[in-house]
Amino acid sequence: MKWLGWALIAGSLLLPPLLAGDFYINLGSQILIAAIFALSLNLLVGFGGMTSLGHASYLGVAAYISALLTSKYGFGQGAAALVSISGTVAMAGFFGVIALRATGLGFLMITLALSQVLWGLAYRMSDITNGDNGIAGLTRPAPFGISLDGPVSFYWFVLIVATFAFLMMAVFVTSAFGSSLKGVRDQPRRMAALGFNPWLIRWITFVYAGFWGGVSGLLYIYYHRYIHPTSLSTTSSAEALLAVIAGGSGTLGGPVAGAALVLLLKNYASAYVERWNMLLGLVFLFIVLVMPSGIVPGVSRLVTKLRGASR
Amino acid sequence: MQFWIIQGLNSLSLGGLLFLLSSGFSLIFGLMRLANLTHGAFFMLGTYFAAIALRSYDGLNIWVTALGAGVAVAAIGGLFERLVLARLRANPLGQVLVTLGMSFIISDACLMLWGGDSIPVPTPQNLQAPTRLFGFVFPTYRLVLVGCAMAAAVMLYLLLELTRLGAMIRAGVDDGQMARAVGIPVSRLFTLVFCLGAGIAGAGGVLGGPILSAYPGLDADMLPLALIVVILGGIGSLLGAFIGSFIIGFIYTFGTALFPELAYIILFLPMIFVIAFRPQGLFGRVGA
Repeated sequence: MKWLGWALIAGSLLLPPLLAGDFYINLGSQILIAAIFALSLNLLVGFGGMTSLGHASYLGVAAYISALLTSKYGFGQGAAALVSISGTVAMAGFFGVIALRATGLGFLMITLALSQVLWGLAYRMSDITNGDNGIAGLTRPAPFGISLDGPVSFYWFVLIVATFAFLMMAVFVTSAFGSSLKGVRDQPRRMAALGFNPWLIRWITFVYAGFWGGVSGLLYIYYHRYIHPTSLSTTSSAEALLAVIAGGSGTLGGPVAGAALVLLLKNYASAYVERWNMLLGLVFLFIVLVMPSGIVPGVSRLVTKLRGASR
Repeated sequence: MQFWIIQGLNSLSLGGLLFLLSSGFSLIFGLMRLANLTHGAFFMLGTYFAAIALRSYDGLNIWVTALGAGVAVAAIGGLFERLVLARLRANPLGQVLVTLGMSFIISDACLMLWGGDSIPVPTPQNLQAPTRLFGFVFPTYRLVLVGCAMAAAVMLYLLLELTRLGAMIRAGVDDGQMARAVGIPVSRLFTLVFCLGAGIAGAGGVLGGPILSAYPGLDADMLPLALIVVILGGIGSLLGAFIGSFIIGFIYTFGTALFPELAYIILFLPMIFVIAFRPQGLFGRVGA
């Protein structure tokens, strides 16, 4: 049974560039980028018990830094990527110090307020960010001289980065540090009594999640070659949070499935209705009221039940 | 001198609006432990309500409109609380998520119904002439608005401190379980306070209309201001919401007037300062 599942996953990742048309290959790239973003948010929400409503900050800021450096200040892609990732990590470090003064809903409100401030800045500082017009006319990098302009080559590039990101986050949560993170999520006082430093464990996780959020932001800007303040908006944070919750927070596969669900919904629904935000809101209500534990835990429970029945 | 006085009055009137928005948010948070992210959308609903009503019916009084919008938004809030939030009492994260979903639904519905252009709300005619005081000229409507916010603050204070209902709300804020144990119908209080908060926000939206005008994204502009007010002033504290609103009103107005591009960063400095040295906020009793 298990090899079948792996074969299905490998097939669905490797076959699209060979069989599908450009539209589906591009959709696949978008899903992988959203999956990295949702996985990074899941480190906070699912494994750390810190529900952030400002995760778009890291995606947006990394994307904006890269866009500005390459288009206005003449940086090369490699240098711009390096600066934007380190800038994003530094920002995550600073935001972490502020937001982790609180836990629970206070944490949520502070992350939301911080990200709204960034959104407002992107809109208002139009001398630098072009405000509502966004920054257009960007280019994709060409690592080792390989052009990523075609959908197929870009898909392979994103797939390699996404696989690496998935493995790195899987190692993070299954390591001893990951266990202490789950301990801090469930029993912060006992963990403190055992000599762990809950604050530091949370802060490291916050920065690590910011790092992968920044990586997904870079891929995002490479894919779209355009950036607009909406990338920093609450809608953008909420889409990622919906992916995590819908897929199943605290699981590794959940955010990936959730990201795929959100993007498929967004792409197919937008062909029929214009009202994506309203649909997003309704899906939120539906998921929370009807399947609060998410799709992946739900399906895996179903599989275990079926296996029990077949024995 | 005129600049400072006018900006000072603008700060006071923005502070008054923020108080109408954040007092309800703070009460709801204090009692229900619920970060109501729909609050900005409630405010915006009020503003659209005013824009539509005052433009289509000549001679309609803004105070009547504010009352009507308050009742209408309170009813929407009450329905939402009863039908959705009440099912999620044991799931605080789920509650926040549905309030977020609801805010998306409301703001998108406003966009669908009334389009993407901003709709100005007319200033009441009898308040259009400027007031002259001590040789300075003041926009009358803003003076009246500050007065309204003060009156609302006094009424809320009296409601909370002197009535039986207020005593029950305070008991619920301080210790919900104990309040339930002594027979206070906490669940009904939740609905009531949610309606009250939503209604004040809706009425505040009407009163803010002539200054802000109704436009899509008004909710996303107001909600973070309310969040910062509440983080600054302390959650669940009426006094905190009051002081916080005026602090943020001053900082935001003078920030926008003097350093327009940096207004958002200036806004965020006092918040960092308070979080660093007094995480429960200036007047907070309840830890977040």
